[in-house]
Amino acid sequence: MNTGIINLVYLLAAVLFILGIKGLTHPRTAVRGNMLSALAMLLAVAVTLLDKNILSFEYILAGVLVGALLGAVAAVRIEMTAMPQLVALFNGFGGVASVLVAGAAFEEAMGSPVAAQALAGDVATLTATAASGLIGSVTFFGSLVAFVKLQRLFWEGAVSFPLQRLAGLATAAATLGLGAAMVLAPESTGLYWAMALAAAVLGVLLTVAIGGADMPVVIALLNSYSGLAASATGFVLQNNVLIISGSLVGASGIILTRIMCKAMNRSLANVLFGGALAPAAGQAKGGKDDLYAGRVKATSGEEVAMLLDGARRVVVVPGYGMAVAQAQHTVRELMLLLEARGATVEFAIHPVAGRMPGHMNVLLAEAEVPYDKLREMDDINPELAQVDVAIVLGANDVVNPLAKTDPSSPIAGMPIIDVRACRTVVVVKRSLSAGFAGIPNPLFAADNALMYFEDGKKAVQQMVAAVKEL
Amino acid sequence: METLVIGLTIFVLAVFVGFEVITKVPPTLHTPLMSGTNAISGITIIGALLSAGSGHTLLTTALGTAAVALATVNVVGGFLVTHRMLAMFRKKD
Repeated sequence: MNTGIINLVYLLAAVLFILGIKGLTHPRTAVRGNMLSALAMLLAVAVTLLDKNILSFEYILAGVLVGALLGAVAAVRIEMTAMPQLVALFNGFGGVASVLVAGAAFEEAMGSPVAAQALAGDVATLTATAASGLIGSVTFFGSLVAFVKLQRLFWEGAVSFPLQRLAGLATAAATLGLGAAMVLAPESTGLYWAMALAAAVLGVLLTVAIGGADMPVVIALLNSYSGLAASATGFVLQNNVLIISGSLVGASGIILTRIMCKAMNRSLANVLFGGALAPAAGQAKGGKDDLYAGRVKATSGEEVAMLLDGARRVVVVPGYGMAVAQAQHTVRELMLLLEARGATVEFAIHPVAGRMPGHMNVLLAEAEVPYDKLREMDDINPELAQVDVAIVLGANDVVNPLAKTDPSSPIAGMPIIDVRACRTVVVVKRSLSAGFAGIPNPLFAADNALMYFEDGKKAVQQMVAAVKEL
Repeated sequence: METLVIGLTIFVLAVFVGFEVITKVPPTLHTPLMSGTNAISGITIIGALLSAGSGHTLLTTALGTAAVALATVNVVGGFLVTHRMLAMFRKKD
């Protein structure tokens, strides 16, 4: 088929991708937006198959069938709580596909003397090839580590070992060195694969040091990388639809990374190279007993029910504890019950609650909590003084007032949901143990706070039962 | 050189379009945004198809076929899982 027509269809696909993402700016149009993006992909794939350079279809068919089956089964079966690791895994597959495509293009060029000679002086294409292999490989292996951590297979927290930073720098230097050598002396493809291997080690080193609390940042960043890898592959193949869609994904990932960093008051460099929150954890632990001693008040379902009975306005602050306990459906039950009694119930959601950007919203949506009840932190904070009861459900660090009062705290400066301003705060938590940041929380000992020591789901079930008894 | 400059122009303009569109996505939809754009990054499947179907050498065909399979997992799985999530957001309208 005429390359002009193929390129026009690619342009149409690029436009549909942009419109598709634009649809995601509102829940009402989001489903249509996603379908537009999928349609764009279908168009791009279909028109590519008409390319005159495609001679054999049997391998393509086999690859598509296997991939589609695996992807569909995983997508349909996954629990919403496990969404972050699935997205990380898919993301990694996109990255490694870019490595293989750039590698195949390189191998193909080196296979013919004429093409090899033309490529030898073509610094731009060689650089794009190296970039595609490097970024794609970092994405894939970084995503694998993220998957392993989120799935709680091993390496759950931040892993540190002696000379970690040095090892990271040395690997980064080796990777870049191999990439530069490949561009300058592209006699064989061996250097490309060696560089991809070094980048693999780099990807592991970069993500293994990052702890659970920083996972939303890592996932956002890897998402950005997978886009950049696709974009670089677009430069290798001189294909505009790859360049455009890849850069859209790259931009999206960077924006989310920035939002997540801001929500934790961290710099990106700190997350990437600082080895997460670990260092300050030890020093802070000493104060825990003094802080809580004799000041923590435990509560029960009956007592909370009595509080809720008189409450006109209730705010729930969900955290990962809610997700682990799968308590979102029971929370909705409590919400309906309280609303039937005339109270307003809302959800205050911290941007980094959960394991990926916006994860809490998805969990609550799964439980059919209407999205207009999900309030953003900046939006609800000024209203908390008018709230009668706040129920903190499995959230720790995002409600820790130390972020505001203690400049030496590892979470210093992190914006929090300021539930202390509410009339009463009920904290549902199995024990007084610290959250991911590893620091005690003065909120638990505050005058207006009650501790509900129980598994998230059981606690809410007990509250529901007690409210029904009223 | 010429093609590189054209490519860079397209890249930079697309990044700007991306920033404009994506900053308007509310936090409620950040997870679907991420899994949706993730599926879009599977666009590398276009390159994979060209490699797998070119029939040049066994090596490039094998690399291309593996890339087709992996990118398809990303594309199909990504769009499906995004659809599942978004459907949950919609049904309460």
